Amino acid sequence: MTLTAAPARPVPAARPRPPAGHRRRAALTWIATHALAIALAIMFLGPLVFIGLTAVMTDHQALTSRLWPEQWQWDNFAGIFQRAPLLTWIGNTLLYAGLATAFTLVSSIPAAYALARLRFPGRRIAFLLVITTMMLPPQVVAVPVYILWARFHLTGTLWPLILPMLLGDAFSIFLLRQFLVTIPKEYSDAARVDGCGEFRTLVRVILPMARPAIAAVALFQFFYCWNDYYGPLLYAGTEPGNWTLSLGLASFRAVHHVQWNLTMAATLLAMAPVIVVFFFAQKAFIEGVKLTGVK
Amino acid sequence: MATTTLGRRGSAAPHRVTAPRRRRGLVALLFLSPWLAGFGLFFAYPLLATVYFSFQRYDLFTLEWVGLLNYRYFLRDDAAWTAIGNTLWLVAVMVPLRVTFALGVAQLVTRLKAGAGLFRTVFYLPSLVPLVAGTLGFVYLLNPGTGPVPALLSALGLPSPDWFGDPDWAKPGLTLLALWSVGDLMVIFLAALLDVPRQLYEAASLDGAGAWRRFLHITLPVIRPVLMFAAITGVIQTLQYFTQAMVAARVASGATDSAGSVFVPGYPGGATLTFPEWLFHQGFRDFAMGYACVLALILFAVSMVFTLFLLRRFRDTEEDA
Repeated sequence: MTLTAAPARPVPAARPRPPAGHRRRAALTWIATHALAIALAIMFLGPLVFIGLTAVMTDHQALTSRLWPEQWQWDNFAGIFQRAPLLTWIGNTLLYAGLATAFTLVSSIPAAYALARLRFPGRRIAFLLVITTMMLPPQVVAVPVYILWARFHLTGTLWPLILPMLLGDAFSIFLLRQFLVTIPKEYSDAARVDGCGEFRTLVRVILPMARPAIAAVALFQFFYCWNDYYGPLLYAGTEPGNWTLSLGLASFRAVHHVQWNLTMAATLLAMAPVIVVFFFAQKAFIEGVKLTGVK
Repeated sequence: MATTTLGRRGSAAPHRVTAPRRRRGLVALLFLSPWLAGFGLFFAYPLLATVYFSFQRYDLFTLEWVGLLNYRYFLRDDAAWTAIGNTLWLVAVMVPLRVTFALGVAQLVTRLKAGAGLFRTVFYLPSLVPLVAGTLGFVYLLNPGTGPVPALLSALGLPSPDWFGDPDWAKPGLTLLALWSVGDLMVIFLAALLDVPRQLYEAASLDGAGAWRRFLHITLPVIRPVLMFAAITGVIQTLQYFTQAMVAARVASGATDSAGSVFVPGYPGGATLTFPEWLFHQGFRDFAMGYACVLALILFAVSMVFTLFLLRRFRDTEEDA
């Protein structure tokens, strides 16, 4: 049911019956728009279907242009685990994504709360700085930051990607702030009148109300890390034992030359968790995306 | 607001408010302190250090002052200029196409009477696919001899290029990938479109305005802020375009990870070499870190121009908050 949560649309009021010509035109428009939507849907889903089909082809067929598997070789999914240290990569990715998400929430929620709901001098500048750090490309400061981690002998590991999340993530702060400003002021005022300090107000009153936004931020951050290629490429080094799934996947074909079926099986494995979680948490995703659009 | 009990309490005792207010300032500082530390350590300091290193020759071991040498080198670094050309191509082609396509798809979804939610899900889904996975998928889909797209094109009697193996077609191939994963933009536009007051459309219809004129004179002006925001963030994101170009070039070239060899991005023939890729390659593969800092400052300057547009918008919204 959650799958078909339609966008809210006001129901048009009943009108006098339009003339027959009008109605025929409306019917034609209906058919045209739905046909176009179906054609587009096929184009959007097609790549996923072809990746799936190739993943179960034999080595031989994957090198031809025949699209339908003549023999469904489900072993491919077991095969990829023998070809590459996928379990290690998945473990590393889960460690990176899990810790980074937890750290982000702990450090970013109070910051977003301060920016959205506390009045203090410099609040506007702080918010503008958050947006600036969010927008500027990570490559801009990459060299000195890399040197910093090299001093601590942490290059060659994923820690340079995890530890900074203890110090807040600009995108998460921004997103949470955008949600928190929409909560009416009366709620925190009431809590203050009842003698709650700011910390208690945040934990008892605001956090429960902000649950959808926190869920969205957690999902975004987790999957940002799950998908991240640039970060691990920069820091994980040349030892495959330290790689993440994205990094390993990109070199999967290079290590085992043209084996499209296995590559696509691994590709499917990398996207499966995102798609599965999406179907369970579609609302959080969509609401989160809307928050990034600003009004 | 002044008539509420809370407001009156505040105005009745103005001097008593200052103590809690100062405390609230301290609380704000406390709540913001992790981010402030992060801002200093991972943004302000490295930005200054980038300026400093740009005057040095630095390879992680020896540091040597070379003045403007790195800047002079940039002017005759052909690869850097190729990379600038490619990144500008992506900004000029990919961003407008993505915005237009997302708006078109969103507009279509608002007109669907049946299954709008299902279609929205289908159109959004590809944007969730991990970048590396999506790129691998597209290289395969467009791969001559094995991919379904060339097979389909030749079945229709159309010529099919060698996409990621042809310097003229590699960037269009990446553009197709970018259009496929346009879903999050579409969701943003869809929300904006559904927020346009219906009465405006009804009034315009009574005045005899057709669908196209209604779109031009009502929809566009109302959702203009959302479009602008999407366009500017799109430009800034495209200036960072890295992963898809890197992975596509790597896979299409069949580069192997043998010891001692370093993969040079840009296959085929430098067609996919983006500016951030060249910065990455100079800084972390050739370890010309001083020179990489020059490239970083250029990227900073250009991104900052577009970021300032955004900041102006947010400064204004903050005013009425």
